[in-house]
Amino acid sequence: MRTRASRQTRNLLQYPYILWSTLFIVIPLALIIWYSFTQPVQTGGFQFSTSNYRRFFEPVYLRVMGRSLILAIEATLICLIVGYPAAMIIVRLGLRWRNTLLLLLVLPMWINFLLRTYSWMVLLGRQGVLNQFLEWIGLPPQSILYSRAAVLIGMVYNFLPFMILPLYTSLSRIGKEQIEAAEDLGANRFDVFRRIILPLSLPGILTGTTMVFMPAVSTFVISALLGGGQDMLIGNLIEQQFLSTGDWHFGSAVSILMMVIILISMAIVSVTDKGRSLEEGNLW
Amino acid sequence: MVNPQHRTFLSQAYILLVLLFLYAPIAVLIIFSFNNLRSTSVWGGFSFRWYKELLQDRQILSALYYTLTIAILSSIISAIAGTVAAIGIHRMHPLARRIILAINNVPVLNPDIVTGVSLMTLFTALRLRLGFTTLLLSHITFNIPYVVLCILPRLRQIPKEVTEAAMDLGATPTYVFFHVILPEIRSAIFTGFLIAFTLSVDDFVISFFTTGSGVNNLPIVVYSMARRGINPKINAVSTLLFITVFCLLMIINKRDANIQKLEV
Repeated sequence: MRTRASRQTRNLLQYPYILWSTLFIVIPLALIIWYSFTQPVQTGGFQFSTSNYRRFFEPVYLRVMGRSLILAIEATLICLIVGYPAAMIIVRLGLRWRNTLLLLLVLPMWINFLLRTYSWMVLLGRQGVLNQFLEWIGLPPQSILYSRAAVLIGMVYNFLPFMILPLYTSLSRIGKEQIEAAEDLGANRFDVFRRIILPLSLPGILTGTTMVFMPAVSTFVISALLGGGQDMLIGNLIEQQFLSTGDWHFGSAVSILMMVIILISMAIVSVTDKGRSLEEGNLW
Repeated sequence: MVNPQHRTFLSQAYILLVLLFLYAPIAVLIIFSFNNLRSTSVWGGFSFRWYKELLQDRQILSALYYTLTIAILSSIISAIAGTVAAIGIHRMHPLARRIILAINNVPVLNPDIVTGVSLMTLFTALRLRLGFTTLLLSHITFNIPYVVLCILPRLRQIPKEVTEAAMDLGATPTYVFFHVILPEIRSAIFTGFLIAFTLSVDDFVISFFTTGSGVNNLPIVVYSMARRGINPKINAVSTLLFITVFCLLMIINKRDANIQKLEV
């Protein structure tokens, strides 16, 4: 009797969330997929069509895609180049300093990214702090805000911690013995870096790369605020289709394409690293 | 070769530069929220002028009201629903568990913009008018997964024998829940609640797509103000949001939370 009662409770407790997640997670995604593969017809119904996806391959939209990918890749590379030395330096520090610095790196991630982006508007604006400074040292003012460079700065600024933390995690796993062994066998500093440190930190590089690339390629806020809405990115295209143009079919197709790009980049990481460092590099 | 002392100096300078890059913009933002002038680059003396103006700004006050209401409601509901969900998932057949955990991870991993537009599509299909209800439903939707991921690891730590022993001694499932399971996972539930609250206060993208009819939260108001240009009031709102999230984080961190966000 008792076991049956408990088994019944088991069955009961799992249903609410199955129901909820079907309604609010699965069905919305299914709806997007459905929208992306249909077109309204004049009689009032919908018909299957791949035209939304085909439309994406028009030059205008390919350019949007290209711009997003290039900006995201550039931001990722800058984060990697700036972040790698930083992570290496932190790993070599004493325990107390290491923890303080890690905390200092994590903290900005919790400041609303809208505010982090806005803070660059304050710095880069025509009358902004940067131009005041340039004027003060006698240089001509620059108009950086509302440009591609501003968007790039915004991306690097927002996502740099996402790069440093996983890099730190994988670099801190490399045993001192491995480096010492290489040195004992006559490797110089450059060889040690190229043949020991770099290959062993590859999981961190991959995780960091995805964690910067994913939000960078999907953002629409950074480009809207710092780019002034001139250079459209994929995120802006989706926003525009859903909120102003009202072509949900095309918007859905673009959303699906964005999801595919992100799934591919995540798959690359999980294949290489079995997702382990992703788990650790997240949130904290 | 560079001598070791120079290297240490260079390393320290480099780290300092990185930190400067990360913190200077926020510091400038906060400093100029106390500026007496309208400018965000010329200092005109210390004042609370912009904070006072915030108190008179109806749009911002209403946004503050909605931000807090949505955050409180969605985090309480998510904490309760997430607890039930986590226990349900914990007891599932392994295959079913893997499937539901994969679904659970979708809002965590998917770009916010896709979650936002897909929920917007759902609400429209359900003929729900975008507004308070849809905003609340969206926040609950993206909060529950985090609560589940907070509680599941704790549930795994409870030995099966403990609940079985309680049952053998005649405890009803309800009794086992309140007297055996709940005390074990209470702190995980509270951590989940705090994370849900923080995420809710912080969310812009999903809210942006799932709200309407004059219901805005603070991030949405900040965004629409920032699109029109620089405004010291935004600096003041930013500073307040920054302090709120910072305090919440300190509390969460103090509780020494172990978040295992992406386990499948």
